[in-house]
Amino acid sequence: MSREKLSGAELNRRDFLRSGAAVATATLAPGVTLMAFGGSEAEAAADAGKRWGLLIDVGKCAPDCDACVSACADENGWKGQGNPETDAQWIRKVTLKNKATGHEASMPVMCQHCEQPPCVDVCPTGASFKREDGIVLVDKHICIGCRYCMMACPFKARSFVHEPVVNQKTHAPRGQGTVESCTLCVHRVDAGGVPACVEACAATGNGAIIFGDLRDPESEISKRLAEYPSVALRPDLDLNPGVRYAEL
Amino acid sequence: MIRVVLALLLLAWSSGAMAEERSSLWPDVPAATGEPHPEGNEYWRKNHMALMKHDRDLTMHLGDREIGASLKGCFECHTTTNASGKILTYADEGHFCRTCHDFAAVKVDCFSCHRSTPEGVEEDAQHAAIRPEVPGGEDGRNEILAYLQRAAGKEAEK
Amino acid sequence: MERTIYRELKPTPQLWFVAFGLVVVVVAALASVIHVEHRGHIATGMTNQIVWGLPHVFAIFLIVAASGALNVASMASVFDKTQYKPLSRLSGLLAMALLVGGLAVLVLDLGRPDRLIVAMTTYNFSSIFAWNIFLYTGFLAIVAIYLFAQMSRGVTSEVVKRVGLVAFLWRLALTTGTGSIFGWLVARPGYDAAIMAPLFIAMSFSFGLAVFILVLVALFRLSERPLSDQLLYSFGRLLAIFAAVVLYFSAVRHLTNLYAAEHAGFEAFILAEGGFQTVLFWGGQVLLGGVVPIAMIFHPTFGKTRQAVLLASVLIILGGFAHIYQIVIGGQAYPMPLFPGYEVSSGFGDGAVAQYSPRWPELVLGLGGVAIALIATGLGAKVLRILPTNLSDANMERQGGNG
Repeated sequence: MSREKLSGAELNRRDFLRSGAAVATATLAPGVTLMAFGGSEAEAAADAGKRWGLLIDVGKCAPDCDACVSACADENGWKGQGNPETDAQWIRKVTLKNKATGHEASMPVMCQHCEQPPCVDVCPTGASFKREDGIVLVDKHICIGCRYCMMACPFKARSFVHEPVVNQKTHAPRGQGTVESCTLCVHRVDAGGVPACVEACAATGNGAIIFGDLRDPESEISKRLAEYPSVALRPDLDLNPGVRYAEL
Repeated sequence: MIRVVLALLLLAWSSGAMAEERSSLWPDVPAATGEPHPEGNEYWRKNHMALMKHDRDLTMHLGDREIGASLKGCFECHTTTNASGKILTYADEGHFCRTCHDFAAVKVDCFSCHRSTPEGVEEDAQHAAIRPEVPGGEDGRNEILAYLQRAAGKEAEK
Repeated sequence: MERTIYRELKPTPQLWFVAFGLVVVVVAALASVIHVEHRGHIATGMTNQIVWGLPHVFAIFLIVAASGALNVASMASVFDKTQYKPLSRLSGLLAMALLVGGLAVLVLDLGRPDRLIVAMTTYNFSSIFAWNIFLYTGFLAIVAIYLFAQMSRGVTSEVVKRVGLVAFLWRLALTTGTGSIFGWLVARPGYDAAIMAPLFIAMSFSFGLAVFILVLVALFRLSERPLSDQLLYSFGRLLAIFAAVVLYFSAVRHLTNLYAAEHAGFEAFILAEGGFQTVLFWGGQVLLGGVVPIAMIFHPTFGKTRQAVLLASVLIILGGFAHIYQIVIGGQAYPMPLFPGYEVSSGFGDGAVAQYSPRWPELVLGLGGVAIALIATGLGAKVLRILPTNLSDANMERQGGNG
């Protein structure tokens, strides 16, 4: 009986929260003023017209540098216990060696924010999801910790939280029994900033990571991608990742 | 064990005797700092979870960070301190959320992932949110027996 | 002529003794769940490399065996093999019990088992996992109806046959879904193969019948009822054929992989260089779980003994565990490529075979699932009229004559 009613109320509350419409107030809680919500007209930050991505210039990435990794750990509060097998690994440095030529390259690997993310396809509850602007996230409120996304991810980009956690960052909640991964520092992006790894890489002077909107032809990242050759990891899977590698 | 039973009996008797009034276990909601909620406390007591759930999805899925109800926002005003002025974590019975939630016997799941203090206020390892290591909490004051005795004491004062 | 009469199990001291032992295992499993929930999965041997471990091996074995255990009932009511009819009730009961046991393990190993309700209320239908939730619960419901139809007086055999057909088709879908959990994982070289679904169906036929034989013999022995040797021999021959089908699908799977250069590394890992995984494949799956039991059953003299059938069942179950272990763990242990033509290395085990050493909590949890399945079967046979009182050779022949 009340299903329609409920969704109506839901809608009203939402309008109410967004615009502070007085009509909506009455349905929610009679006699309640709505000053607290009155000003909340901010646009949702996830914009379907954008697609956030990273371009990693492998040629500029120093093999012995892990500034991006420690910046990410500091920013998002995932310092490990010294056991790489069970610690969180939102971003890691890998070394690629060409089997034929012996050419070696060092580069960071994190969630590749695929356009067709396998982790999102396999997640039974929909906790793994892709935002309108292409950022792939885990909604830990509905993650049940089944780890199927970790089975599906070709990049080993996801970590399962093996131990109780304290002192999380306000902007990066994380907890035992759920899966997590690089968020592309979504809290910074929503505020108009760049991910911590990009900032840290620039600070070292290497400047190997560029962040930007892949859909905007005028962005630096789009221009660089158009001008120079670049590749995606696991190109065989055709996932169209948002993270690209140049000079590999 | 027998003391628990006695305390319970005492409570049962006293709550019967003062049926007109609220139970002595009724939580003393700690005072907050900052501006009061314009909607009033009763409204927030009733609806805070619905509001937070609604708004968390706006942030999580739509990236809307200008929301009305967030845990971070809560702790800007609703922190509690112990006698020595230390801000309490969810591991302590005096934590703002626990004052009512313990009374209502409703488990809070938020702090298995979210911090329970404002950023910068250290949570010690004991704040293992899903299941605290030491059920008694700091100095054993979270023991059910201690709780009942305090409640019975309050009753007796009346 | 004696009709088949079904009676509840009588509570003998042996029965209580077995039940007590099983309950102890379940309690230990629950304790280990609490331990893991308290300390986190760090208490297990599972890591961010081997994300699914022993619990999943047990769970998948039980789920696969569950759909296979229904075969006896399907043969009786769908394919009109009347000699199996007296056992179709047990077949349905065991199928449900095994599924419940397997699901219990799967669910209790979740990072957040307290959020099971989320899995039941929030669905992503592009996930085979989400579909499996419906396939599993639907299986329980359909088999329950099937069992009810078999046990009710008023239901005609025509109706039973139709319900049985639905149950049979559903169990094929269920095992397809279970196999596709791995078959649809595009990223890992050990999975990503359509043959996983039919392979799992073949496995279910074989493992399910093996479990069924052992449970059948155990229950008849515990309740001191006569059991036909001829019936067991015919089960034994079926079992050997199913085990051969599993070997066939495995051979096709690995030969296909060997043909593709990109899978050569994975095949070398499983078939030759994988250490424990290679031992599990050749020694466990192929030899103990395939060649030896098949040879035993078809041995002209030894094959016509109870011991042969029972031993073959035990070996096929052990080989089945080896097989699933090698699929689940082996598939994860072998490293994923990151970029074609390049070797990978890192501080997080890229490019290296991942190590897995199971710890007590996960083993106990897995055994707990087996115990739950057995308790549920025993309890069902104790309170419902599941088991026929007399399946002696003489009685079977009389019935066959009138069938």
